[in-house]
Amino acid sequence: MSEIVGKIVRISGPVIEADDMRGSKMYDVVRVGEENLIGEIIRLNQDIATIQVYEDTNGLKPGEKVVSTQEPLSVELGPGLISNIYDGIQRPLPAINKETGDFIARGVEAHALDRKKKWHFKPTAKPGDRVKGCDILGEVQESSIIMHKIMVPPTIKGTLLSIEKEGDYTIKQRIAVVATNKGDIKLQMLQRWPVRKERPVAEKYDPSLPMITGQRVIDTFFPVAKGGTAAIPGGFGTGKTVMLHSLAKWSDAQVVVYVGCGERGNEMTDVLREFPDLVDPATGEPLMNRTVLIANTSNMPVAARDASVYTGITIAEYYRDMGYDVALMADSTSRWAEAMREISGRLEEMPGEEGYPAYLASRLAEFYERAGRVRLLGSKNREGSVSVMGAVSPPGGDFSEPVAQNTLRIVKVFWALDADLADRRHFPSINWLKSYSLYMDEVSDWWEKKVGKEWLKLSSRAMALLQKEAELQEIVKLVGPDALPPRERALLESARMIRENYLQQSAFHEVDTYCPGKKQYEMLRLMLKFSDEIQEAVAKNVHMDDIVAIKSREGLARMGKVSNKVFEKQFKKLEQDMEKEINALIRERVK
Amino acid sequence: MKIKDIEYTTVSEVAGPLMIVEGVKDVAYNEVVKIRTSAGEERMGQVLEAFENKAVVQVFEGTRGLDTKGTSARFIGETMKLGVSKEMIGRVFDGTGNPLDNAPPIIPEDRRDINGDPINPCAREYPREFIQTGISTIDGLNTLVRGQKLPIFSGSGLPHNEIAAQIARQAKVLGKEEKFAVVFCAMGITSEEANLFIKDFENTGALERTVMFLNLADDPTIERIILPRMALTCAEYLAFDLDMHVLVILSDMTNYAEALREIAAAREEVPGRRGYPGYMYTDFASNYERAGRIKGKNGTITQIPMLTMPDDDITHPIPDLTGYITEGQIVLERGLHKKAIYPPIAVLPCLSRLMDRGIGKDRTREDHADVSNQLYAAYAEGCDLRDLVAIVGEDALSDRDRKFLRFADEFEKRFVSQESHEDRSIVKTLTIAWELLSGLPVSELKKIDEQHINKYLPKIKEEK
Repeated sequence: MSEIVGKIVRISGPVIEADDMRGSKMYDVVRVGEENLIGEIIRLNQDIATIQVYEDTNGLKPGEKVVSTQEPLSVELGPGLISNIYDGIQRPLPAINKETGDFIARGVEAHALDRKKKWHFKPTAKPGDRVKGCDILGEVQESSIIMHKIMVPPTIKGTLLSIEKEGDYTIKQRIAVVATNKGDIKLQMLQRWPVRKERPVAEKYDPSLPMITGQRVIDTFFPVAKGGTAAIPGGFGTGKTVMLHSLAKWSDAQVVVYVGCGERGNEMTDVLREFPDLVDPATGEPLMNRTVLIANTSNMPVAARDASVYTGITIAEYYRDMGYDVALMADSTSRWAEAMREISGRLEEMPGEEGYPAYLASRLAEFYERAGRVRLLGSKNREGSVSVMGAVSPPGGDFSEPVAQNTLRIVKVFWALDADLADRRHFPSINWLKSYSLYMDEVSDWWEKKVGKEWLKLSSRAMALLQKEAELQEIVKLVGPDALPPRERALLESARMIRENYLQQSAFHEVDTYCPGKKQYEMLRLMLKFSDEIQEAVAKNVHMDDIVAIKSREGLARMGKVSNKVFEKQFKKLEQDMEKEINALIRERVK
Repeated sequence: MKIKDIEYTTVSEVAGPLMIVEGVKDVAYNEVVKIRTSAGEERMGQVLEAFENKAVVQVFEGTRGLDTKGTSARFIGETMKLGVSKEMIGRVFDGTGNPLDNAPPIIPEDRRDINGDPINPCAREYPREFIQTGISTIDGLNTLVRGQKLPIFSGSGLPHNEIAAQIARQAKVLGKEEKFAVVFCAMGITSEEANLFIKDFENTGALERTVMFLNLADDPTIERIILPRMALTCAEYLAFDLDMHVLVILSDMTNYAEALREIAAAREEVPGRRGYPGYMYTDFASNYERAGRIKGKNGTITQIPMLTMPDDDITHPIPDLTGYITEGQIVLERGLHKKAIYPPIAVLPCLSRLMDRGIGKDRTREDHADVSNQLYAAYAEGCDLRDLVAIVGEDALSDRDRKFLRFADEFEKRFVSQESHEDRSIVKTLTIAWELLSGLPVSELKKIDEQHINKYLPKIKEEK
């Protein structure tokens, strides 16, 4: 391959044009100028290539050279990804920090994965094995949670000629040789994969297992399945980020990839500070040991924002190929869409709706379609999943804008965050009337088998109650609550109980932040029982004022904060107290 | 070696704030340009778009008097830099960094690129030091911490400048005497408004600790684009080189956004929402994100940007994009202002995202978070009931609801409202809060832990 060296002829913000680039391919990575800035070709016209530059272009001059690497933008895959934090084009931020100090300078080069570190490799395949893409050659204990499976790259197929013995190797050392029909290929632990290309799978399944998030409103009413997709749209201050953090902390995925796309620097710092100290409820190990972070904060170059989501999803797919359930959180996809808009504007493309490029919808669809529960490549029948949860930041909190609308056409779960709820500190501020999940039926099997027989029934009864409350509230606004008949007032009371103490959950309370499935089930069962009993009581002429005054009502309200270890005993006592108190009221009335 | 002293007289076009120079060589993107008009006047500009033989230049001091015949341009070979020095404290500068106060120019200790570099998220320290502003609605409900960026969303005619001046005057970290400076960046505000700050700083002696960058309403618009960048470059030097705690006040970001739009329109760019450029979010972020703390450094940068919401509309792109970047917002409301409540801070839409980590035991007080949540919930309920009362009358309310209604009124009168020179301590703020909460039934204080109720609620205290 001959070298392609061009020269800059035009610079406009993050977009440059270079001449003499004939022979380069679309999406090839180039090195720009004396400082070797990283860029990607996004348009070709005769000899002129248009390039988006992933770093600040200040001081760049026409005439400086542009060298094509003749390779598409790729990520490095191998042990060392977990617990690391990368920028949008997978440069490791801790290493850059050491090298260039507190501020990110330009043209820094750093390998995504440490070339010197030795990993303890344990082979699981043996010479003579027929292997193909994604077959496992051996294992490396990457962190206390993650056993990193060393796999045959997806495009290789053949017979294993040799494999190294158990021992310590760097990621660049040879660990195996495969004989293929194109000759012998040496394999190392390090692999590369172009980010804009989906890693291949054998088959896509329908998601059927719920992803347990420990968030009551999500698990009970709007569940997401493993391998599913969800969108979280909400204006600023509605708690998108707190919610994504909660999901990253408590969801029962085995690997979490968190992409901070065009958001605040302090939020990434918060994750970095908090995750090493928090304990994963499933394994008892620090959460950081299952997390990969990608950070392109809002003041980092805009072109790299586009790359950051692809970098994230490619890493997620890589861990999926090992057989893990992976969750990817992207905060926020709107910033990514805006980055597309900015670059598109500089290219002087014909704009679509609100200035966004016409290909916005297809790019979003492509991205979300990379989620899924799949049968993996490879000789054995193995499964893995990638679930994608994306925040959307609609301007002015108006969901009718293009990014929110195009996202909703693709995803199966919609958690609508509501500024009104956030204003009154109802968190998570998921609006229960607007949100939906299309996985309800798929996951109900699991809940009914593993947690409680009546799960679906309880959930729909509670939702019906809340729906009814919304209708009654309209009337209350006109006539005041006192004008309602006792039955309706009792209904309002039970709906309020669910709304304030079930839907609301404090992300900052040490117990309430994570609510196990069984506890959710019991809480809801008790609250609905409370609803039944007070209906019965008002039917027997008990006054609402007396019902509101009973002591166990406060106990019901504080159920979420009861320790997750001993809740069963306490709830049982609470149930008995409640029955006793209400029965006493009824008896008194009958007398 | 290339020659940088070429004076090009090949200006081919002047349009709005832009000037196009032809036949140029070796011009860098964002390079600074010295322009001489045919009348001999000197101006500054910056390269917005560089071609092999052509450059699009934005002219900072306005294009009036430029022509295509006698105007010349000299490219100085570097991007915009600001000379920084300790001596800047107490001084006043204009939109291009020249002194405005008739004192000699400063002798820079270093020259810094005004665009700065992004702080590595790994190098950031999470902000969690409580700043007491002496304003109850901020300290009690939307706590400011060191290294935070907390904007004030205001409307025309509301007293946001008074509030900002009060914060600058009263802000302190309890129990500490530390090196402290204010960087004040005025973008397109009137001289009257600027004088309010200057006088206030003079009266309190804060002027000696203040660096001012002034671009008043009658100064060239385009300078507003570089002004906050200069102010923040200066702030970064004071904070991270000289270990000072810097409070940066940016007023008014709306004028800054207008300047952005003006340039975008002159360049015939595809506009985003309401004619503002599509990259406004990124551009805002490149200013706002320069607040923060860095590990191992003593100094901090806290930002209070102010903006006037056009037509009091919080969904307008300027407040909207700001809210997505900053760590919360303080929102002023005309209704409260009309009721003669100062500061007219509309509590419900306000937010401080960094509050949770900056308050509590050893920082403010252990009951702070619960009290704040309870005040929010109770006030929200009270406000709902006001709407209801407007329709059905107060008599239709239950006893419980009437208590919430009264709570909302009292809350505005006693908690929100205070004097412009009243410096309330956090303990005083919390005491008022508990007095107000004692007007509600104890069973309704669901957001507060029982032990705090037992310890702080006045009624229960008396019983003991």
